[in-house]
Amino acid sequence: MSHVSVRNLAIGFGSLNVLKSLNLEVEKGEFIVLLGPSGCGKSTLLNAVAGLIDISDGEIWIGDKNVTWEEPNDRGIGMVFQSYALYPTMTVHGNLSFGLKIAKLPKDEIARRVERTAKILQIENLLTRRPAELSGGQRQRVAIGRALVRDVDVFLFDEPLSNLDAKLRTELRVELKRLHAELGSTMLYVTHDQIEALTLADRIAVMNGGVIQQFASPKEIYRRPVNRFVAGFVGSPSMNFLSGKIESDQGQSSFVLSDGRRVSIAGYEFAGTPGEGRTATLGVRPEQMQINPIGGMPSNLPASFSIVEPMGSDSLVWGQSAGQTISVRIDADQDVGLNSEQPVYFQPALSSLFGEDGRRL
Amino acid sequence: MMSALTNSAQRGRKPARLSPGRVGLYCFLVVSAAFFLLPLYVMVVTSLKAMPEIREGNIFSLPQMWTVEAWSQAWSSACTGLDCGGIRVGFWNSVRILLPSMVLSIFIASMTGYALSFWRVRGANVLFAVLLLGAFIPYQVFIYPLVRIYATIGIYSTLPCIIITHTVFGLPILTLLFRNYYGSLPEELFRAARVDGAGLWQIFFKLMIPMSIPMLVVAAILQVTGIWNDFLFGVVFAGRENLPMTVQLNNIVNSTQGEKLYNVNMAATILTALVPLVVYFGSGRWFVQGITAGAVKG
Repeated sequence: MSHVSVRNLAIGFGSLNVLKSLNLEVEKGEFIVLLGPSGCGKSTLLNAVAGLIDISDGEIWIGDKNVTWEEPNDRGIGMVFQSYALYPTMTVHGNLSFGLKIAKLPKDEIARRVERTAKILQIENLLTRRPAELSGGQRQRVAIGRALVRDVDVFLFDEPLSNLDAKLRTELRVELKRLHAELGSTMLYVTHDQIEALTLADRIAVMNGGVIQQFASPKEIYRRPVNRFVAGFVGSPSMNFLSGKIESDQGQSSFVLSDGRRVSIAGYEFAGTPGEGRTATLGVRPEQMQINPIGGMPSNLPASFSIVEPMGSDSLVWGQSAGQTISVRIDADQDVGLNSEQPVYFQPALSSLFGEDGRRL
Repeated sequence: MMSALTNSAQRGRKPARLSPGRVGLYCFLVVSAAFFLLPLYVMVVTSLKAMPEIREGNIFSLPQMWTVEAWSQAWSSACTGLDCGGIRVGFWNSVRILLPSMVLSIFIASMTGYALSFWRVRGANVLFAVLLLGAFIPYQVFIYPLVRIYATIGIYSTLPCIIITHTVFGLPILTLLFRNYYGSLPEELFRAARVDGAGLWQIFFKLMIPMSIPMLVVAAILQVTGIWNDFLFGVVFAGRENLPMTVQLNNIVNSTQGEKLYNVNMAATILTALVPLVVYFGSGRWFVQGITAGAVKG
């Protein structure tokens, strides 16, 4: 029995179908991240779960209840918005207690809940201030508090950290993770930031074009992307893609680059039969390549590097391999020869191969 | 190196210099201001003179004998035909017309603007377009049909009649004002309130109204000046008992019996203009904001 269940959900605005027959099952206590580029329907899905937009077909279940036709406040959810959406004319206390007052809770219960929430989020000293007098991080805490104070089991986050600067984002990310561990509640979190997705999620649903491309653990998504979209979207810097075709040579599969050179892909686990002479794309992440050979990296690609981007902890070198752009992550103190051809080593078992239709082979 | 820096000719804030062009500009502005203030000056000094002094014809001279006799006469005993109750009758009529019209039109317009912005009613855009159309059709066109309608339902020439008229004609522009203001608020605010369980009215009264104080002030200013300065609707719809101050002023000034009491007329005119003037000077900043926010108010 899953805790949040989206069944055959369809949403359209006029003639535009944003979501078509989408299914999503979330277990109790899970931290689920909906990840995707803007316009992929992830926020639409979240708003549909919250009951803030009309759906054209399908069902939404929260707990054991079909809430498809319920009002947002009857669904047992709390929501945190990207722009915080704090009520500007009310104090922090007023913001936290607004929903409780509307629900006509007894005064002492309201006071107790506000106090408890303020304590969890460490905003006790801000209760008398108005949103305009708060910093960005404080505002987001209050926004989270407004969801917490409702005493619900499911929290919805709509890109809550994207309006914050990088440092605060990291801080609040850790705090969200701590909060999830403390509360043990189900969380649905929308973001386009893959670092947030990879660090926070128990499972990530990567979305594109209104369709969930892959729904798996961060590790699985990173290691074994099911298609080229997921492979290219997750990971920064992005995965290198080299086009070519697959050929077998005495039972050993190898990948033939567009310039005719052969690269061994022995050790790669094919999902099905590779298929002789099939056009394919080889995907290798920059951090899975090495310019110096080490044990267990039998395959190599010919490459010529032209640009080095130092990033502090490591460096990224950009170059060409068989006429296609590739990048390799190297140690910050490692030297690399520029503008001369050299081999780059990788492990076929950790790389990905995609067919012409973009699916993982 | 240091001395070269500190001794260079151009350093720090650029000094302001008075150029001949500037002097010319200021002169022009002063002359223009004086030109437009002159009638007001004449009105004020004339109202403070006695009639014999006015007959001498020196309209720009200051009074030799200062007197507020004309003011009290204008307020409480000036005559329109046989009625000699002064302009105060019209003042209170105007107040009785203004207050309900203002409150009603602002309430309905803000509610409509809020619903149009956030509740996405089916056909909302059509409704809004029709409403706006009303702002662009000259309202004189509506007068005769309205007279017929009011007469048919039996409220023609009554206080409700003029109040309804002012309310309805205030709606297009005020609705535009509020819709644009609410449209500029983030949708997420509204969604947050819905998650908190607030309904149509709760969101409106607890969230939107406190946030729209500036717009309410602007709308009030527009309505006070608009309704107070109205003449045509007052003449046509208010009825003999409820004539607003502007209409009564006209009746006093154009009264043909006996000598023309210029001082009384001037005082009555200033008294009539006083309410919008006070509102204007008391809220200049808001007023300008109202004009720009409303965008099309002439």
